[in-house]
Amino acid sequence: MRYLDEFGDPVAAERLLADIRATATQRWSVMEVCGGQTHTIVRNGIDQLLDGQVRLVHGPGCPVCVTPLETIDRALAIAARPEVVFCSFGDMLRVPGTADDLVRIKARGGDVRVVYSPLDAVELAKRHPDREVVFLAIGFETTAPANAMAVRLAAQAGLDNFSVLVSQVLVPPAIEAIAASPGATVQGFLAAGHVCTVMGMAQYVPLVERFGMPIVVTGFEPLDVLEGIRRVVRQLEQGRAELDNAYPRAVSFAGNPAAQAAVAEVFEVCDRPWRGIGTIPSSGLRLAPAYARFDAEGRFDVGDITTEESPRCRSGEVLQGRISPLECEAFGTACTPATPLGAPMVSAEGACAAYHRFRRLDVPVTVRS
Amino acid sequence: MCLAVPGRVEEVWDADGTRMARVDFGGVHKEVCLAYVPEVEVGDYTIVHVGVALTRLDEAAARQTLALFDEVVPGDVVSGDLGSGDVGSGDVEAGDVVAADVVPEDGA
Repeated sequence: MRYLDEFGDPVAAERLLADIRATATQRWSVMEVCGGQTHTIVRNGIDQLLDGQVRLVHGPGCPVCVTPLETIDRALAIAARPEVVFCSFGDMLRVPGTADDLVRIKARGGDVRVVYSPLDAVELAKRHPDREVVFLAIGFETTAPANAMAVRLAAQAGLDNFSVLVSQVLVPPAIEAIAASPGATVQGFLAAGHVCTVMGMAQYVPLVERFGMPIVVTGFEPLDVLEGIRRVVRQLEQGRAELDNAYPRAVSFAGNPAAQAAVAEVFEVCDRPWRGIGTIPSSGLRLAPAYARFDAEGRFDVGDITTEESPRCRSGEVLQGRISPLECEAFGTACTPATPLGAPMVSAEGACAAYHRFRRLDVPVTVRS
Repeated sequence: MCLAVPGRVEEVWDADGTRMARVDFGGVHKEVCLAYVPEVEVGDYTIVHVGVALTRLDEAAARQTLALFDEVVPGDVVSGDLGSGDVGSGDVEAGDVVAADVVPEDGA
Protein backbone atom coordinates (compact mmCIF):
# COMPACT_ATOMS: atom_id res chain seq x y z
CA MET A 1 0.00 0.00 0.00
CA ARG A 2 1.57 3.28 -1.13
CA TYR A 3 -1.66 5.27 -0.80
CA LEU A 4 -1.28 6.83 -4.26
CA ASP A 5 -1.45 4.56 -7.34
CA GLU A 6 -4.14 2.40 -5.74
CA PHE A 7 -6.49 5.38 -5.81
CA GLY A 8 -5.99 6.07 -9.52
CA ASP A 9 -7.02 2.69 -10.92
CA PRO A 10 -8.85 3.21 -14.26
CA VAL A 11 -11.00 0.06 -13.94
CA ALA A 12 -12.42 1.21 -10.61
CA ALA A 13 -12.80 4.71 -12.06
CA GLU A 14 -15.01 3.33 -14.86
CA ARG A 15 -17.14 1.54 -12.27
CA LEU A 16 -17.61 4.67 -10.12
CA LEU A 17 -18.36 6.77 -13.21
CA ALA A 18 -20.90 4.20 -14.40
CA ASP A 19 -22.58 4.23 -11.01
CA ILE A 20 -22.85 8.02 -10.97
CA ARG A 21 -24.26 7.99 -14.51
CA ALA A 22 -26.75 5.24 -13.62
CA THR A 23 -27.84 6.99 -10.45
CA ALA A 24 -28.22 10.61 -11.56
CA THR A 25 -31.66 11.44 -12.91
CA GLN A 26 -30.82 15.14 -13.29
CA ARG A 27 -27.74 17.32 -13.52
CA TRP A 28 -26.68 18.17 -9.95
CA SER A 29 -24.47 21.12 -8.97
CA VAL A 30 -21.69 20.05 -6.64
CA MET A 31 -18.92 22.32 -5.37
CA GLU A 32 -15.45 21.03 -4.67
CA VAL A 33 -14.20 23.61 -2.22
CA CYS A 34 -10.50 22.83 -2.46
CA GLY A 35 -8.30 23.98 -5.33
CA GLY A 36 -6.28 20.77 -5.06
CA GLN A 37 -9.41 18.83 -5.93
CA THR A 38 -10.14 21.28 -8.77
CA HIS A 39 -6.79 20.33 -10.27
CA THR A 40 -7.50 16.59 -9.88
CA ILE A 41 -10.86 17.12 -11.59
CA VAL A 42 -9.56 19.19 -14.50
CA ARG A 43 -6.34 17.20 -14.98
CA ASN A 44 -8.28 13.94 -15.23
CA GLY A 45 -11.25 15.41 -17.11
CA ILE A 46 -13.67 14.27 -14.40
CA ASP A 47 -15.94 17.26 -15.06
CA GLN A 48 -16.11 16.33 -18.76
CA LEU A 49 -16.65 12.63 -18.05
CA LEU A 50 -19.66 13.53 -15.89
CA ASP A 51 -20.86 16.47 -17.93
CA GLY A 52 -24.44 15.23 -18.21
CA GLN A 53 -24.83 14.25 -14.57
CA VAL A 54 -22.89 16.74 -12.46
CA ARG A 55 -21.95 20.37 -12.83
CA LEU A 56 -18.75 20.69 -10.83
CA VAL A 57 -18.49 24.18 -9.39
CA HIS A 58 -14.98 25.20 -8.36
CA GLY A 59 -14.78 26.77 -4.91
CA PRO A 60 -12.58 29.30 -3.14
CA GLY A 61 -10.20 26.76 -1.57
CA CYS A 62 -7.01 28.35 -2.84
CA PRO A 63 -5.27 30.32 -0.09
CA VAL A 64 -2.97 32.03 -2.54
CA CYS A 65 -5.99 33.24 -4.52
CA VAL A 66 -7.93 34.64 -1.57
CA THR A 67 -5.03 36.39 0.17
CA PRO A 68 -6.11 40.06 0.13
CA LEU A 69 -4.39 42.47 -2.22
CA GLU A 70 -3.52 44.63 0.81
CA THR A 71 -1.58 41.73 2.29
CA ILE A 72 0.27 41.13 -0.99
CA ASP A 73 1.19 44.81 -1.24
CA ARG A 74 2.32 44.80 2.38
CA ALA A 75 4.41 41.69 1.69
CA LEU A 76 6.02 43.42 -1.28
CA ALA A 77 6.85 46.51 0.81
CA ILE A 78 8.43 44.37 3.53
CA ALA A 79 10.32 42.16 1.06
CA ALA A 80 11.89 45.25 -0.55
CA ARG A 81 13.53 46.33 2.71
CA PRO A 82 17.30 45.76 2.79
CA GLU A 83 17.41 44.13 6.25
CA VAL A 84 14.72 41.55 5.39
CA VAL A 85 14.95 37.94 4.24
CA PHE A 86 11.44 37.35 2.91
CA CYS A 87 10.30 33.71 2.88
CA SER A 88 7.25 32.38 1.07
CA PHE A 89 5.73 29.30 -0.47
CA GLY A 90 6.64 29.18 -4.16
CA ASP A 91 3.29 29.86 -5.77
CA MET A 92 2.95 33.20 -3.98
CA LEU A 93 5.87 34.66 -5.94
CA ARG A 94 4.00 35.39 -9.17
CA VAL A 95 0.80 36.65 -7.55
CA PRO A 96 0.20 40.18 -8.81
CA GLY A 97 0.05 42.96 -6.26
CA THR A 98 -1.13 46.42 -7.28
CA ALA A 99 2.09 47.27 -9.12
CA ASP A 100 4.54 44.43 -8.51
CA ASP A 101 5.11 40.84 -7.48
CA LEU A 102 7.71 39.07 -5.35
CA VAL A 103 9.66 37.86 -8.37
CA ARG A 104 10.24 41.44 -9.49
CA ILE A 105 11.24 42.48 -5.97
CA LYS A 106 13.78 39.65 -6.04
CA ALA A 107 15.02 40.69 -9.48
CA ARG A 108 15.67 44.17 -8.11
CA GLY A 109 17.84 42.76 -5.34
CA GLY A 110 15.32 41.88 -2.63
CA ASP A 111 16.23 38.79 -0.60
CA VAL A 112 13.15 36.71 -1.41
CA ARG A 113 13.41 32.97 -0.75
CA VAL A 114 11.10 30.09 -1.50
CA VAL A 115 10.78 27.70 1.43
CA TYR A 116 9.17 24.27 1.54
CA SER A 117 8.08 24.65 5.16
CA PRO A 118 7.56 27.52 7.62
CA LEU A 119 10.02 25.62 9.83
CA ASP A 120 12.72 26.33 7.21
CA ALA A 121 12.14 30.06 7.76
CA VAL A 122 12.73 29.59 11.50
CA GLU A 123 16.02 27.84 10.71
CA LEU A 124 17.04 30.76 8.49
CA ALA A 125 16.32 33.17 11.36
CA LYS A 126 18.55 31.10 13.65
CA ARG A 127 21.36 31.10 11.08
CA HIS A 128 21.12 34.83 10.29
CA PRO A 129 20.69 36.64 13.61
CA ASP A 130 21.66 39.92 11.92
CA ARG A 131 18.78 39.76 9.42
CA GLU A 132 15.00 40.08 9.84
CA VAL A 133 13.39 36.88 8.58
CA VAL A 134 9.72 37.27 7.62
CA PHE A 135 7.47 34.38 6.60
CA LEU A 136 4.29 34.94 4.60
CA ALA A 137 1.98 32.69 6.62
CA ILE A 138 -0.93 31.96 4.32
CA GLY A 139 -3.16 28.93 4.32
CA PHE A 140 -6.30 27.15 5.42
CA GLU A 141 -6.71 24.91 8.47
CA THR A 142 -4.31 22.42 6.90
CA THR A 143 -1.42 24.89 7.03
CA ALA A 144 -2.28 26.58 10.33
CA PRO A 145 -0.61 23.87 12.48
CA ALA A 146 2.67 24.25 10.57
CA ASN A 147 2.54 28.04 10.87
CA ALA A 148 1.70 27.71 14.58
CA MET A 149 4.65 25.35 15.01
CA ALA A 150 7.00 27.87 13.38
CA VAL A 151 5.89 30.64 15.76
CA ARG A 152 6.12 28.30 18.76
CA LEU A 153 9.64 27.18 17.81
CA ALA A 154 10.72 30.80 17.29
CA ALA A 155 9.37 31.67 20.76
CA GLN A 156 11.08 28.63 22.26
CA ALA A 157 14.41 29.62 20.67
CA GLY A 158 13.99 33.22 21.86
CA LEU A 159 14.27 34.57 18.31
CA ASP A 160 13.64 38.30 18.01
CA ASN A 161 14.43 38.46 14.28
CA PHE A 162 11.56 36.23 13.08
CA SER A 163 8.05 37.37 12.25
CA VAL A 164 5.05 36.25 10.21
CA LEU A 165 2.70 38.14 7.91
CA VAL A 166 -0.51 36.21 8.55
CA SER A 167 -3.29 35.53 6.06
CA GLN A 168 -4.88 32.40 7.53
CA VAL A 169 -8.42 31.56 6.45
CA LEU A 170 -11.03 28.99 7.50
CA VAL A 171 -13.16 26.75 5.27
CA PRO A 172 -16.52 26.32 7.08
CA PRO A 173 -17.33 30.08 7.17
CA ALA A 174 -16.63 30.21 3.42
CA ILE A 175 -18.97 27.27 2.75
CA GLU A 176 -21.57 29.00 4.89
CA ALA A 177 -21.16 32.27 2.94
CA ILE A 178 -21.50 30.46 -0.40
CA ALA A 179 -24.51 28.37 0.68
CA ALA A 180 -26.26 31.42 2.18
CA SER A 181 -25.57 33.80 -0.72
CA PRO A 182 -28.62 34.88 -2.73
CA GLY A 183 -29.00 32.87 -5.90
CA ALA A 184 -26.80 30.05 -4.62
CA THR A 185 -26.97 27.13 -7.03
CA VAL A 186 -24.73 24.61 -5.29
CA GLN A 187 -26.64 21.54 -4.03
CA GLY A 188 -23.89 19.62 -2.28
CA PHE A 189 -20.27 20.02 -1.19
CA LEU A 190 -17.10 17.99 -1.32
CA ALA A 191 -15.31 19.03 1.89
CA ALA A 192 -11.54 19.27 1.57
CA GLY A 193 -10.05 16.15 3.14
CA HIS A 194 -6.78 17.63 4.33
CA VAL A 195 -8.51 20.47 6.17
CA CYS A 196 -10.46 17.72 7.97
CA THR A 197 -7.32 15.78 8.94
CA VAL A 198 -6.72 18.73 11.27
CA MET A 199 -10.20 19.99 12.16
CA GLY A 200 -12.19 16.78 11.95
CA MET A 201 -15.82 16.88 10.85
CA ALA A 202 -17.78 18.42 13.73
CA GLN A 203 -17.88 21.93 12.22
CA TYR A 204 -19.84 20.61 9.23
CA VAL A 205 -22.69 19.16 11.28
CA PRO A 206 -24.50 22.52 11.74
CA LEU A 207 -23.95 23.41 8.06
CA VAL A 208 -25.58 20.16 6.88
CA GLU A 209 -28.51 20.80 9.20
CA ARG A 210 -28.93 24.48 8.36
CA PHE A 211 -28.70 24.23 4.58
CA GLY A 212 -30.05 20.70 4.11
CA MET A 213 -27.17 19.83 1.80
CA PRO A 214 -24.93 16.76 1.66
CA ILE A 215 -21.32 17.39 2.66
CA VAL A 216 -18.88 14.58 1.92
CA VAL A 217 -15.30 14.69 3.20
CA THR A 218 -13.25 13.83 0.12
CA GLY A 219 -9.62 12.98 -0.69
CA PHE A 220 -7.47 14.09 -3.58
CA GLU A 221 -6.64 11.13 -5.80
CA PRO A 222 -8.90 10.55 -8.83
CA LEU A 223 -10.87 7.69 -7.20
CA ASP A 224 -11.25 9.72 -4.00
CA VAL A 225 -12.82 12.60 -5.91
CA LEU A 226 -15.09 10.26 -7.90
CA GLU A 227 -16.21 8.54 -4.70
CA GLY A 228 -16.95 11.90 -3.05
CA ILE A 229 -19.06 12.93 -6.05
CA ARG A 230 -20.77 9.53 -6.12
CA ARG A 231 -21.80 9.79 -2.47
CA VAL A 232 -23.12 13.35 -2.88
CA VAL A 233 -25.14 12.32 -5.95
CA ARG A 234 -26.59 9.27 -4.16
CA GLN A 235 -27.69 11.44 -1.25
CA LEU A 236 -29.23 14.03 -3.56
CA GLU A 237 -31.08 11.35 -5.53
CA GLN A 238 -32.43 9.84 -2.32
CA GLY A 239 -33.39 13.21 -0.84
CA ARG A 240 -30.88 12.86 1.99
CA ALA A 241 -28.60 15.56 3.44
CA GLU A 242 -25.91 14.01 5.58
CA LEU A 243 -22.32 14.44 6.59
CA ASP A 244 -20.27 11.56 5.23
CA ASN A 245 -16.59 10.62 5.16
CA ALA A 246 -15.21 9.26 1.88
CA TYR A 247 -11.60 9.72 3.07
CA PRO A 248 -11.53 7.56 6.22
CA ARG A 249 -7.90 6.47 5.78
CA ALA A 250 -6.82 10.03 6.67
CA VAL A 251 -9.75 11.71 8.41
CA SER A 252 -11.39 10.91 11.73
CA PHE A 253 -14.44 12.67 13.14
CA ALA A 254 -12.33 14.31 15.84
CA GLY A 255 -9.45 15.39 13.60
CA ASN A 256 -6.03 16.00 15.13
CA PRO A 257 -6.39 17.30 18.72
CA ALA A 258 -2.69 18.15 19.14
CA ALA A 259 -2.72 20.28 15.99
CA GLN A 260 -5.99 21.95 17.00
CA ALA A 261 -4.53 22.81 20.42
CA ALA A 262 -1.41 24.39 18.89
CA VAL A 263 -3.50 26.49 16.50
CA ALA A 264 -5.77 27.62 19.37
CA GLU A 265 -2.72 28.57 21.44
CA VAL A 266 -0.94 30.62 18.76
CA PHE A 267 -3.87 32.11 16.83
CA GLU A 268 -7.30 33.56 17.49
CA VAL A 269 -10.31 33.76 15.18
CA CYS A 270 -10.97 37.08 13.44
CA ASP A 271 -12.93 38.53 10.53
CA ARG A 272 -10.91 38.27 7.31
CA PRO A 273 -11.20 39.84 3.89
CA TRP A 274 -10.99 37.30 1.05
CA ARG A 275 -9.57 38.61 -2.21
CA GLY A 276 -12.32 38.88 -4.80
CA ILE A 277 -15.02 37.93 -2.29
CA GLY A 278 -14.97 40.47 0.54
CA THR A 279 -14.90 40.18 4.30
CA ILE A 280 -16.37 37.01 5.80
CA PRO A 281 -17.09 37.16 9.55
CA SER A 282 -14.97 34.88 11.78
CA SER A 283 -13.29 33.39 8.72
CA GLY A 284 -9.64 33.94 9.55
CA LEU A 285 -6.91 33.62 12.14
CA ARG A 286 -4.53 36.21 13.55
CA LEU A 287 -1.81 35.87 16.15
CA ALA A 288 -3.10 35.62 19.71
CA PRO A 289 -1.93 38.39 22.11
CA ALA A 290 0.70 36.11 23.67
CA TYR A 291 2.40 35.79 20.25
CA ALA A 292 1.62 39.26 18.84
CA ARG A 293 5.31 40.20 19.00
CA PHE A 294 5.84 37.91 15.99
CA ASP A 295 3.41 39.91 13.84
CA ALA A 296 5.27 41.39 10.85
CA GLU A 297 2.53 43.98 10.35
CA GLY A 298 3.32 45.46 13.75
CA ARG A 299 7.08 45.16 13.32
CA PHE A 300 7.44 46.90 9.97
CA ASP A 301 5.88 50.24 9.26
CA VAL A 302 4.99 49.75 5.64
CA GLY A 303 3.13 53.04 5.38
CA ASP A 304 -0.17 53.68 3.72
CA ILE A 305 -1.09 51.02 1.23
CA THR A 306 -3.35 51.97 -1.65
CA THR A 307 -4.49 48.97 -3.61
CA GLU A 308 -6.03 48.67 -7.02
CA GLU A 309 -7.39 45.48 -8.58
CA SER A 310 -7.26 44.94 -12.32
CA PRO A 311 -10.71 45.91 -13.61
CA ARG A 312 -10.47 43.09 -16.18
CA CYS A 313 -9.93 40.28 -13.66
CA ARG A 314 -13.08 38.33 -12.73
CA SER A 315 -11.39 36.08 -10.18
CA GLY A 316 -13.93 36.97 -7.49
CA GLU A 317 -16.69 35.41 -9.57
CA VAL A 318 -14.50 32.41 -10.38
CA LEU A 319 -13.68 31.88 -6.69
CA GLN A 320 -17.35 31.92 -5.73
CA GLY A 321 -18.24 29.46 -8.46
CA ARG A 322 -20.36 32.04 -10.32
CA ILE A 323 -18.48 31.72 -13.59
CA SER A 324 -16.08 29.21 -15.07
CA PRO A 325 -12.62 30.56 -15.99
CA LEU A 326 -13.60 30.10 -19.65
CA GLU A 327 -16.32 32.75 -19.24
CA CYS A 328 -13.74 35.43 -18.41
CA GLU A 329 -12.90 37.54 -21.46
CA ALA A 330 -9.29 37.93 -20.35
CA PHE A 331 -8.68 34.16 -19.91
CA GLY A 332 -5.81 32.97 -22.10
CA THR A 333 -5.49 36.34 -23.84
CA ALA A 334 -4.75 39.29 -21.56
CA CYS A 335 -4.41 36.92 -18.59
CA THR A 336 -1.95 34.00 -18.87
CA PRO A 337 0.47 32.39 -16.40
CA ALA A 338 3.19 34.69 -17.82
CA THR A 339 1.01 37.82 -17.59
CA PRO A 340 -1.49 37.13 -14.78
CA LEU A 341 -4.19 39.64 -13.93
CA GLY A 342 -5.27 37.69 -10.85
CA ALA A 343 -3.97 35.08 -8.43
CA PRO A 344 -6.04 32.08 -9.68
CA MET A 345 -3.97 32.11 -12.90
CA VAL A 346 -0.66 31.52 -11.07
CA SER A 347 -1.52 29.51 -7.98
CA ALA A 348 -0.93 25.74 -8.08
CA GLU A 349 -4.54 25.48 -6.90
CA GLY A 350 -6.13 28.25 -8.92
CA ALA A 351 -9.03 27.26 -11.16
CA CYS A 352 -7.79 29.51 -13.97
CA ALA A 353 -4.34 27.92 -13.78
CA ALA A 354 -5.93 24.45 -13.99
CA TYR A 355 -7.96 25.36 -17.08
CA HIS A 356 -4.97 26.99 -18.72
CA ARG A 357 -2.52 24.20 -17.94
CA PHE A 358 -4.75 21.31 -18.95
CA ARG A 359 -5.84 23.24 -21.98
CA ARG A 360 -9.37 22.34 -22.86
CA LEU A 361 -9.67 21.01 -26.39
CA ASP A 362 -12.85 20.12 -28.13
CA VAL A 363 -12.31 16.34 -28.08
CA PRO A 364 -14.31 13.57 -26.40
CA VAL A 365 -12.85 12.27 -23.15
CA THR A 366 -12.59 8.63 -22.08
CA VAL A 367 -10.82 6.88 -19.24
CA ARG A 368 -7.42 5.69 -20.41
CA SER A 369 -6.24 2.33 -19.12
CA MET B 1 -1.85 24.78 -0.67
CA CYS B 2 -3.51 21.94 1.09
CA LEU B 3 -1.52 19.60 -1.12
CA ALA B 4 -0.31 16.94 1.26
CA VAL B 5 1.62 13.85 0.37
CA PRO B 6 1.70 10.37 1.90
CA GLY B 7 5.13 9.11 2.91
CA ARG B 8 6.67 6.32 4.98
CA VAL B 9 8.41 7.13 8.27
CA GLU B 10 11.95 5.71 8.22
CA GLU B 11 13.61 7.16 11.30
CA VAL B 12 12.45 9.15 14.32
CA TRP B 13 14.47 11.37 16.65
CA ASP B 14 14.13 14.17 19.16
CA ALA B 15 15.39 17.65 18.20
CA ASP B 16 15.36 19.94 21.26
CA GLY B 17 12.10 18.43 22.47
CA THR B 18 10.41 18.31 19.05
CA ARG B 19 9.75 14.90 17.54
CA MET B 20 11.22 14.76 14.02
CA ALA B 21 11.42 12.06 11.36
CA ARG B 22 12.97 11.18 8.04
CA VAL B 23 10.13 10.37 5.66
CA ASP B 24 10.38 8.59 2.31
CA PHE B 25 8.14 10.02 -0.40
CA GLY B 26 8.61 7.45 -3.16
CA GLY B 27 12.39 7.82 -3.10
CA VAL B 28 12.59 11.46 -2.05
CA HIS B 29 13.59 11.78 1.59
CA LYS B 30 12.70 14.78 3.73
CA GLU B 31 12.83 15.83 7.35
CA VAL B 32 9.35 16.11 8.80
CA CYS B 33 8.00 17.36 12.13
CA LEU B 34 6.01 14.68 14.02
CA ALA B 35 4.96 16.90 16.94
CA TYR B 36 1.25 16.56 16.12
CA VAL B 37 1.20 12.80 15.52
CA PRO B 38 2.59 11.16 18.68
CA GLU B 39 1.12 7.82 17.57
CA VAL B 40 3.19 7.62 14.37
CA GLU B 41 6.05 5.11 14.48
CA VAL B 42 8.75 3.94 12.09
CA GLY B 43 7.10 2.06 9.22
CA ASP B 44 3.83 3.98 9.38
CA TYR B 45 2.56 6.08 6.49
CA THR B 46 1.68 9.64 7.33
CA ILE B 47 0.24 12.58 5.41
CA VAL B 48 2.69 15.48 5.36
CA HIS B 49 1.89 19.09 4.57
CA VAL B 50 4.65 21.75 4.33
CA GLY B 51 7.02 19.72 6.48
CA VAL B 52 4.55 18.80 9.22
CA ALA B 53 2.84 15.41 9.59
CA LEU B 54 -0.91 15.76 10.10
CA THR B 55 -2.30 12.25 10.37
CA ARG B 56 -1.39 8.57 10.41
CA LEU B 57 -2.78 6.79 7.38
CA ASP B 58 -5.00 3.90 8.38
CA GLU B 59 -4.26 0.89 6.22
CA ALA B 60 -7.40 -1.02 7.21
CA ALA B 61 -9.57 1.98 6.29
CA ALA B 62 -7.72 2.36 2.98
CA ARG B 63 -8.26 -1.33 2.13
CA GLN B 64 -11.92 -1.02 3.06
CA THR B 65 -12.36 1.94 0.71
CA LEU B 66 -10.62 0.06 -2.13
CA ALA B 67 -12.79 -3.01 -1.45
CA LEU B 68 -15.87 -0.79 -1.66
CA PHE B 69 -14.78 0.36 -5.13
CA ASP B 70 -14.56 -3.31 -6.19
CA GLU B 71 -18.03 -4.04 -4.88
CA VAL B 72 -19.85 -1.19 -6.58
CA VAL B 73 -22.41 -2.48 -9.05
CA PRO B 74 -23.30 0.56 -11.13
CA GLY B 75 -26.84 1.71 -10.46
CA ASP B 76 -27.46 -0.91 -7.77
CA VAL B 77 -28.82 0.88 -4.74
CA VAL B 78 -27.80 -1.64 -2.10
CA SER B 79 -24.20 -2.29 -3.16
CA GLY B 80 -23.69 1.37 -3.99
CA ASP B 81 -24.49 2.43 -0.47
CA LEU B 82 -22.08 0.04 1.19
CA GLY B 83 -19.85 2.03 3.43
CA SER B 84 -21.88 5.17 3.12
CA GLY B 85 -23.25 6.22 6.45
CA ASP B 86 -24.84 9.01 8.40
CA VAL B 87 -22.35 10.80 10.57
CA GLY B 88 -24.40 13.95 10.44
CA SER B 89 -26.44 13.40 13.56
CA GLY B 90 -25.54 15.79 16.33
CA ASP B 91 -24.96 13.16 19.00
CA VAL B 92 -21.86 11.63 17.43
CA GLU B 93 -18.84 11.75 19.69
CA ALA B 94 -15.20 11.65 18.74
CA GLY B 95 -14.10 8.08 18.21
CA ASP B 96 -17.62 6.73 17.84
CA VAL B 97 -17.98 4.18 15.11
CA VAL B 98 -20.88 5.80 13.33
CA ALA B 99 -20.57 4.02 10.01
CA ALA B 100 -18.68 1.16 8.49
CA ASP B 101 -16.18 3.51 6.91
CA VAL B 102 -15.30 5.76 9.81
CA VAL B 103 -11.75 5.39 11.01
CA PRO B 104 -11.36 3.28 14.13
CA GLU B 105 -10.35 5.02 17.32
CA ASP B 106 -6.64 4.44 16.91
CA GLY B 107 -6.71 5.79 13.37
CA ALA B 108 -6.50 9.47 14.38
